Amino acid sequence: MTFLYSIIAYLPFEWAQFAFMQNALLAVLLIAPLFALIGCLVISNQMAFFSDAIGHAALTGIAIGTLAGLADPLWAMLAFATVLAILVSVLRRYSSASTDTIIGLMMAFAVALGVVLLSRGGGFARYSRYLIGDLLTITPFEILRLVLLLAIVTGVWLTFFNPLFFTCLNRSLAKARGFPVWRLETLFAVIVALVVTMTISWVGLLVINALLIVPAAASRNMARTMTVYVLGAVVISALAGILGLITSFYWGTATGATIVLFAMGFFILSLAFRRR
Amino acid sequence: MISTLQQQTTISGPSRLGEALRRSLACGGCCTRLVNFGVTLNRISILEHINLHVHCGELTVLLGPNGAGKTTLFRAMLGELPYTGSLHFVHAGNEERFIHPRIGYVPQKLDIDTLAPVTVLDLFAGALVHRPVWLGHSNAIRAKALDMLSVVNAHALLDQRLGQLSCGQLQRVLLALALTPVPDILLLDEPVSGVDPAGIDLFYRMVSELRRTFDLSILLVSHDIPTAARFADRMIFLNRTILCDGSPREVLAGPCIRQTFGIDLAAAGIQQLENRSEHPLHHEVCAIRTTDSIE
Repeated sequence: MTFLYSIIAYLPFEWAQFAFMQNALLAVLLIAPLFALIGCLVISNQMAFFSDAIGHAALTGIAIGTLAGLADPLWAMLAFATVLAILVSVLRRYSSASTDTIIGLMMAFAVALGVVLLSRGGGFARYSRYLIGDLLTITPFEILRLVLLLAIVTGVWLTFFNPLFFTCLNRSLAKARGFPVWRLETLFAVIVALVVTMTISWVGLLVINALLIVPAAASRNMARTMTVYVLGAVVISALAGILGLITSFYWGTATGATIVLFAMGFFILSLAFRRR
Repeated sequence: MISTLQQQTTISGPSRLGEALRRSLACGGCCTRLVNFGVTLNRISILEHINLHVHCGELTVLLGPNGAGKTTLFRAMLGELPYTGSLHFVHAGNEERFIHPRIGYVPQKLDIDTLAPVTVLDLFAGALVHRPVWLGHSNAIRAKALDMLSVVNAHALLDQRLGQLSCGQLQRVLLALALTPVPDILLLDEPVSGVDPAGIDLFYRMVSELRRTFDLSILLVSHDIPTAARFADRMIFLNRTILCDGSPREVLAGPCIRQTFGIDLAAAGIQQLENRSEHPLHHEVCAIRTTDSIE
């Protein structure tokens, strides 16, 4: 890790000399490609709204974690988001309401509960870092923890990529071929929930979903094959991450939102190169 | 997820017993057997008392008005809906073996974003191998997909995107996928909706050839009664339960179709049957399509 830091410090830029920027750059290079990778299937499975809801549900996790007196609400957030993901999946299976309605309901519930708990005594402003996110405060310890968690998630993701991909294409067909469709869909929901929750305090609740879907959407406009689609999304995401980070340093803006604006820029560019 | 091709030796076709007699006997060779099969959803009975033996090498066409439960039957057989009664595949080698059938399924349509960057090869790889499809394809899966696609005369489509395919091409690709590995029973849900008349004929011809090549049980839902009658070995009229069951000639002449769809249609179907007996592989495009009038 020291090696990576020294490489970054060698970069001939002013920003590269600050320790917090070195941390942030490592975090961006870690988070952005993973988001793109997962976003590729979020889009094919029309789960964009779901991942948004999970982001919002993290708020309730923060609240519960805080109430329980945890110094770091990460574990409470992870637990709550996982429970919510499974709940949505169960409701999708047994309820006759449409998926959109179920997700909308769960999101409204989670956000309302979170806001009520956090605003008790009028102290909501303390938690605004979760809304906007602050990548520049990430510490080396947090980066290491992120590496570990993301490595696990990526491993699971790659192991189940093909079944997930096939289930996204057509449920009935997947079922006929003996794929455990419901379990795969739940796994998918949980993975999205975990990744979103793990990174929310650095990216920010308001824009985290965009980071998940915009690079993949941009790449999808141009790609003809799955390889180009996935790798394109990873490259776009990483580029937007680096550009957004540096820009936010010079402009003094929130990093997560700046990254998303760059990703949107790539999306608009991709429209020009849209394949016929 | 790759399973080896079905370890099933081809069993010679049914002996020349009378249709009724043959059906009353237990499975000769092999068959898929539904016993007292039923589906109840929200306390409403959709299907009940379905007793059905679909024999290997037999193309059975499932008829019935909309809402009769044809698609529900398929979804229950696929395990998407809970059912009562039993469903198993009887493999008669030296002894009768009862197993859950390996089902090949071709859906009515594949709701797919036309822009999705998914090729036919990706579809096969996604279903059959572990290596994530975006990390490239091994030569083995490429050869395998090509092999199966050539069975349905679609080998040229290997690297095409799914969104570029016509209805007929997509149906053939899905058929090839359903045959990998060779299933015990093949379910085709209105496989030719949206396919032009020439394509329909081609599709039926291909399916009826496949049932001989692979000694397959095929269950096919169709609203195109005249064309289906030309190729079917057996027709079943379903409306909540099996109302008519027999050779195309018996079913078309029977009361089911007359009462549900009107006499003209049955007559048209029989007309087609006359053609069939003269020219088993009639090349003329079927003049009467009933899909639109029934839907």
